[in-house]
Amino acid sequence: MAHDSGGKSFDLKAMLRDERFWKIAFQVITLLVVFLLLSFFLGNLNRNLIQMGRAFGFSFLLNPAGFSIGESLIQYRPNDPYWRALMVGLGNTLTLVAAGIFLTTLLGTAAGVASFSKNWLVHRLSRIYVGLVRNVPLLLQLFFWYFAIFGALPSPDEQIGVLGLGFLNNRGVYIPWASSAVLAVLGIAATIGAAIAAFYLWQWRTKIRIETGAGGQAQAIAVAVLGLVWLAIIVFGMNWTVPEGVEGGGVTGGLRLSREYVAALTSLVFYTSAFVAEIVRAGIQSVSKGQWEAARSLGLHAGIVMRLVVFPQALRVIIPPMNSEYMNLTKNTSLAFAIAFPEMYSVATTTYNQTGRPVEVFVVLMATYLILCLLITLVMNQFNRAVQFKER
Amino acid sequence: MRKWGLLAAALGLTMAACGGGTTTTADGGEEGVATAGGSRLDVVKDRGQLLCGVDGGIPGFSFVDESGTYSGIDVDVCKAVAAAVLGDAEAVEYRRLDSTERFTALSGGEVDMLSRNTTWTVSRDTSVGLEFAPTTFFDGQGMLVRADSGIEGLEDFAGQAICVETGTTTELNLTDQMRQISVDFEPVVFQDADAAYAAYAEGRCEGMTSDKSQLVARRSTLPNPDEHVLLEVTMSKEPLGPVTINNDSAWFDVVKWTTYGLIQAEEFGITAENVATFEGTENPDIARFLGAEGTLGTDMGLPNDFMAQVISQVGNYGEIYERNVGLDSQFELERGQNALWTEGGLMYSPPFR
Repeated sequence: MAHDSGGKSFDLKAMLRDERFWKIAFQVITLLVVFLLLSFFLGNLNRNLIQMGRAFGFSFLLNPAGFSIGESLIQYRPNDPYWRALMVGLGNTLTLVAAGIFLTTLLGTAAGVASFSKNWLVHRLSRIYVGLVRNVPLLLQLFFWYFAIFGALPSPDEQIGVLGLGFLNNRGVYIPWASSAVLAVLGIAATIGAAIAAFYLWQWRTKIRIETGAGGQAQAIAVAVLGLVWLAIIVFGMNWTVPEGVEGGGVTGGLRLSREYVAALTSLVFYTSAFVAEIVRAGIQSVSKGQWEAARSLGLHAGIVMRLVVFPQALRVIIPPMNSEYMNLTKNTSLAFAIAFPEMYSVATTTYNQTGRPVEVFVVLMATYLILCLLITLVMNQFNRAVQFKER
Repeated sequence: MRKWGLLAAALGLTMAACGGGTTTTADGGEEGVATAGGSRLDVVKDRGQLLCGVDGGIPGFSFVDESGTYSGIDVDVCKAVAAAVLGDAEAVEYRRLDSTERFTALSGGEVDMLSRNTTWTVSRDTSVGLEFAPTTFFDGQGMLVRADSGIEGLEDFAGQAICVETGTTTELNLTDQMRQISVDFEPVVFQDADAAYAAYAEGRCEGMTSDKSQLVARRSTLPNPDEHVLLEVTMSKEPLGPVTINNDSAWFDVVKWTTYGLIQAEEFGITAENVATFEGTENPDIARFLGAEGTLGTDMGLPNDFMAQVISQVGNYGEIYERNVGLDSQFELERGQNALWTEGGLMYSPPFR
């Protein structure tokens, strides 16, 4: 040791030469800079608020909103408070996110797998779709679907019927639906529950077949029965109402998906799926060629090779970037306000405009999207852990 | 022990190093307060240009043509303020703002004033933190429908869609009116006025609601203007005028009295053409008004002849009205409520004294 640990003689040169001093000093400087920047901006905000004679606070959320909202999951009247209006917006955002993630996963995976197809047309279609959609801004696509595609549908008095099951017009899309909201929620819950149960039953069957060599018929029958029960619940338990055209235009019964919702969902799904398709393609390409060849040499045909050998390994590469695509989709739903879909951002803009409290409303907005994205990450991390390579 | 000593030394040194930095920030901060505490009037004078927030999409009020030239009543008010403060009606930079951006742009200091068909309401004046200069156009909310739609009143909108622009008083009035007569309608709320009118034009909505003047002006830009009619209802009072930010009375006074000056000039009969002939007038009211006598202008922090500049460069309120929306324009709107008080209208200026 060059200097005394008692610190009798303070050796500046030695300290400046000490690597540990600089490591700590840099961290302290960084923290100080961050702190100074933050306090500058917050101080500035505070000064401006004081100058306008206004205090930061959220009590305005309890005041009546006074504006009406086109569609809503929960009951909402114009004299309800602002927080309830924001909840309506959040509900609309969530329906867009949930349906969007589900459909994006299906379409994106299909398009990604299709790019490996030996069928010339399927392969080309997949490549053209990705190339076209991925390179056009989402906002343009929203306007395109809203004005050019769904705007070109006929007015209600000349609406198009689809197989007697639904209608299309320039107000929206009408589909068969459960007669009450409670039944619809139960039906969706039954579908998700049945899917999870079937998945675990099938895993159990595979395990038994591997470990004991038994046929696993009992489990197969159980899955089939489960499927039949689910089908029975869906077909007979939902008390379906089918939309019916009204004389002179318009529709009664069924569920109306507004044109704003359908256009937003379509463009978000098509846009995000193009990125997902590339992720899936990259994932599949990351599986070494030897895996394909080994599986083929066992006599498995291409479909089974993809399903049982390649895709499970590709998932390890696919899942992490899928997380960010889902988050992108969630955040991009805020663009739907450009085509008048009353989602969270749209309601929030009206709120801050009406109350003159942009800072508070944006804090609420940012927290909402942050929590949504963190929840998605939480789920995807669990899923990621499940598909990672398990060392034995 | 040594580790902590080292940490303390590092902290001390960085503190010392940053000490200078901290004081400079504090100085900068104080300067910031000084500027923020001073008036917008000085900021505009220093800049030599007025930043004016307008809509830019409403013919007759504020419209930007193919060559990038702005015109309309709202635009002329911006020009009048620029002429008063800077002596040059063209020293204006226009910022196009949509209805949701306008108040944040104003409170954030991105524009000096709004002249953007903004309705004067008590909540905007108080809780949103704005100051409303005198009304430059008395309007009412109307409803535009297709002539062949069979809709004759608000009651006919049950189950029908109405397009509306968000962040406007019309959005709220519509809700109130419909609640009053218990009619369930579907609001289709657009952030952008252009998108709202496009959606109405291609049939998404049965009705389009906004201020009547705006509906008349916008109808002229629809594909077949003759197929659309205004319903015979007035859903609200819509006094539209320039707006500044709260707690800056020096700047607010300038905008307020320039606007009043336009009205007062019409009452005096002073126009852009004849303003020069009032030089050396015997009428003390007019002499004070044009700055030949007294210190009305300098007391406000403006050149004493500011109204002479405004009128010679922009004209009086009547001239502005007639060339933009009145009989000299394609809209041919009657003066109606917007006539001078001496002619049965609501335009009235307090005395310039």
